[in-house]
Amino acid sequence: MDSIAERLADKQKEISVGEFFERNKHILGFDSLTKALVTAVKEGVDNSLDSCEEAGILPDIKVVIREVDDEEYRVSVEDNGPGIPKRKIPDVFGKLLYGSRFHEIRQSRGQQGIGVSAVVMYGQLTTGKPTLVRSKVKEKDYAQEMKITLDTKKNEPDVLSKEVVLWEDKEHGTLFETTIRGLLRSGKHSVFEYLKNTAIVNPHARITYVRNGDTTVFKRATDQLPGKTKAVKPHIEGIELGTFAKMAKNSDRRKLVSFLVNDFSRISYNTARDICEEAGIEEEMKPRDLDVESCKKLLKATKNVKIMAPKTDCLSPIKSMLIKKGLKNVLKGYRPEFYAPPITRDPEVASGNPFQVEVGLVYGGDLPSDGPVRVLRFANRVPLMYKKGGCATTTAIQQIDWRIYGLDQKGGSGMPRGPVIILIHVASTRVPFTSEAKEAIADIPVIVDEIERGLRECARELRTHLNKKEKRKKVSKKFMIVKDILPMIAEKSASIVGKETPSLDKVMTNIMGVVYIDKKMEWNNGAAEGIIEIMNYTSKEREMSLFIEKPYPETELLDSSREPEHDGDYIEWKLEKLKPSKTSKIKFKFSNLDKEDIDGTDVFIDGVNETHLIGAEPLPDDWGVELADIHEED
Amino acid sequence: MKERHKNALRELEDIAEDIYDQLIEGNIPNMRIPTRTKNNIEFDDHQGVWKYGKSKSTRSAKKLKGARMILRTLYMLEFIRDMIGEDKSSTLREMYYISESWEKGKFNRQSESNRLAEDMEIVTDCLREDFKLRPEEDGARVIGDITVEEKNRKGEIRNINCRDDVGDSGYTIPYNVEEDKIKFTDTNVDFLIAIETGGMFDRLVENGFDEQANCLLVHLKGQPARSTRRMIKRLNEEEGIPVVVFTDGDPWSFRIFSSVAYGAIKSAHLSEYLATPGAEYIGITASDIMNYDLPTDKLTKTDRKALRQELEDPRFDTQFWRDEIETMLEIDKKAEQQALAKYGLDYVTDVYLPEKLEEAGLM
Ligand SMILES: Nc1ncnc2c1ncn2[C@@H]1O[C@H](COP(=O)(O)OP(=O)(O)OP(=O)(O)O)[C@@H](O)[C@H]1O
Ligand SMILES: [Mg+2]
Repeated sequence: MDSIAERLADKQKEISVGEFFERNKHILGFDSLTKALVTAVKEGVDNSLDSCEEAGILPDIKVVIREVDDEEYRVSVEDNGPGIPKRKIPDVFGKLLYGSRFHEIRQSRGQQGIGVSAVVMYGQLTTGKPTLVRSKVKEKDYAQEMKITLDTKKNEPDVLSKEVVLWEDKEHGTLFETTIRGLLRSGKHSVFEYLKNTAIVNPHARITYVRNGDTTVFKRATDQLPGKTKAVKPHIEGIELGTFAKMAKNSDRRKLVSFLVNDFSRISYNTARDICEEAGIEEEMKPRDLDVESCKKLLKATKNVKIMAPKTDCLSPIKSMLIKKGLKNVLKGYRPEFYAPPITRDPEVASGNPFQVEVGLVYGGDLPSDGPVRVLRFANRVPLMYKKGGCATTTAIQQIDWRIYGLDQKGGSGMPRGPVIILIHVASTRVPFTSEAKEAIADIPVIVDEIERGLRECARELRTHLNKKEKRKKVSKKFMIVKDILPMIAEKSASIVGKETPSLDKVMTNIMGVVYIDKKMEWNNGAAEGIIEIMNYTSKEREMSLFIEKPYPETELLDSSREPEHDGDYIEWKLEKLKPSKTSKIKFKFSNLDKEDIDGTDVFIDGVNETHLIGAEPLPDDWGVELADIHEED
Repeated sequence: MKERHKNALRELEDIAEDIYDQLIEGNIPNMRIPTRTKNNIEFDDHQGVWKYGKSKSTRSAKKLKGARMILRTLYMLEFIRDMIGEDKSSTLREMYYISESWEKGKFNRQSESNRLAEDMEIVTDCLREDFKLRPEEDGARVIGDITVEEKNRKGEIRNINCRDDVGDSGYTIPYNVEEDKIKFTDTNVDFLIAIETGGMFDRLVENGFDEQANCLLVHLKGQPARSTRRMIKRLNEEEGIPVVVFTDGDPWSFRIFSSVAYGAIKSAHLSEYLATPGAEYIGITASDIMNYDLPTDKLTKTDRKALRQELEDPRFDTQFWRDEIETMLEIDKKAEQQALAKYGLDYVTDVYLPEKLEEAGLM
């Protein structure tokens, strides 16, 4: 790929890196004072998360920003990652284009080996101060501490001081502290926003942010680390001709077939032969001898041969449940009324790189309803904060007519409006960014398509929710009839005619025709107390199971007025023989959860047809619970 | 207890009984009443007025609105029963305020409670006076040479000549104008003019038109109250006094005329009591606007809408009205009756009315 990074690599000897950097600050994300701070934090946090995940450690990251002078800030990022061996520290922080990820096809935040050294250089250029690095690996009792600058002419680190220090209470980890020119702002493009969004898609991380002495903690919502990603060989589908030709030229394989089988992923011997045959090229020839014409033919041939999709284990999607947890964890202050079940699409391939799209959508509550929807964009779990206009995510959103899903949108295109937050995550072994600052995803048709599909899936859920809400509204009106008005009608008419008040059971079931579930939860002395009322306003006796999901694995059922059938990740109660117009109640108590979580626990029901169910969802079929057969004739 | 109240009570209790029985049978209670829209009024050849037709609407407790209405009906019914029992009466407005304590049965607006009272009249075939309910509106004014015998609140009989025994503001029509309250002892007028606005009524009084044309002037005060319409009806029917209606020239005035002459949609169940089928229109028409070259206003959007509705209203389905309404839509103008003052204060009594009345064969 002819990326700027590569061009940069080629020209290293001809121009000084410092010069180039000065002139191209914007490419690296340092084009404004506010942005400079966000970028500095981002490069540090990205690296911390990457290294923790690679080492299988639950990240615990602390970001501290303090204003030390006018437009001058001291920024530090500390992690509990594996640490960096002493000999590597200078290069990691003091040499551009030095990194472990550039030559690897794998999903990671870092790609180019520019990130953190660019921060060091920016700090040094704007304040003249070196960066302090401290790192400790598990094997050593002491931490290394160094002051580093970057020799911009030679692109080599200058180590100003080196010290061995005791790092108390730290088994392993890395800390760097740099002083840079910048501006600390709040709002959409702030460090806070970046960290908050990072927390959403990294629910396994605990992130502490100290801003001029004020501390905010984004708590860990799960103990589950993202699946480890493996480095993979390139996938032939969509690979660029130049890259393919270069690979052939450099290959040591003796035969074309084995080149195809061994240097690419997912090509079997038979498939390789099919490709050669389709291209009309001798399968025994040396790959080194392929000319450009033959390369072209081979690539064309791959289009007509069925090749297995790339393996997905090089990707690590966040997955539906954790996206929801992450969103809830960070957005609960808004008390959103609806979280569409997040969608994780199957992996696809763009230019030989597998990618995978995930979409989430949150609706209502206290989210502002008068402006355009808010979009949270992510690439490999990193929030994209800038260049929204030129991003594939925006293209995909704008080409959907959101009106059919219940949102306002002028003329059926452009940004929809309403109390909505949309989350889009693109994970890939190489995310096609529009620039090296990794700010926007390029408008590649397959990617835009995948995002659009994911969005539509979530949007359909939104529409279903809005329909249900409408239905619920109707039912709650009926409920008012049944609970408040009908008894009064009965009483009044009876008193006027001078007879006994009639029983209303049959009239009530006639009017309602549903099983109504009403859940109330209250916070009481550090525990959540809940009451679920189940009212059978149908003409049949009902048998059903009632489920609720625990917000966290450590959440405990303290008390329950009815013996639960199951008590694990979820709780199940069985209700037997609930007669028409009769009500049943379940009282319970939860501990180990947050006050804000009590609105989020949904009730699920198995055994009642969806059309007769109000106030609860039918039990999804992916819970591993065997669903009841429902025979519903009324 | 008077017979008419006793009868009303029986009718009301039937409503409650019906609802009670539906509940006992396990059915969702409902009430059926004639649909009160212009699509459901029919011309009664016999009486020459427009009444409700056969189409009925159901008020069912299945819907929140219907359930509320049924509950309100029961509350109102109980309230009326108590009033009859205690020999009290109340105004419609008082009843509206009393409903404050009817919990889920309370009204949000007085128009709602008035309307329900009308519904009850329809269902029971009674008058709201039978329910001991009366309107709070003060009656309209009358000036002219007729003498009424009115029984006042002390039970004394008084004879009042509506020209000589009253001041310039005339005789005020009481809310009850039935036989038991009012008798006409002497009527010396050739016809009766019902006038829409107070300004024009006062103009005709000042110009002495009642004496000049030997007629009775009746102020309608916009959309006329029941008692005003009933009074006009009685004078026409019992005393044989021809009736003409003098209004502004706009869609709303046409409706005022039609409620006097044909019966209002809202009270079509009472048309035979209230409507005066022979009444003639001498108000401003679209043709007058052109013929007399009157000062005008442009029609508003709601004016145009009202006119178009009138074109679909069976009461206006005559050649005269179709032409006038269509012309008004065409010229897109309306005019007030007082616009005649363009030609001087006496123009209306010297020229306009004599011309119109002559056309009507009354002068
Ligand atoms: N906190 C850390 N803990 C352990 N290793 C780290 C840490 N930070 C950086 N590294 C190592 O240093 C390398 C260089 O980091 P750098 O940010 O410069 O590049 P990168 O993350 O590979 O790519 P990018 O330019 O896209 O950020 C990383 O690839 C990683 O191997
Ligand atoms: Mg990095």
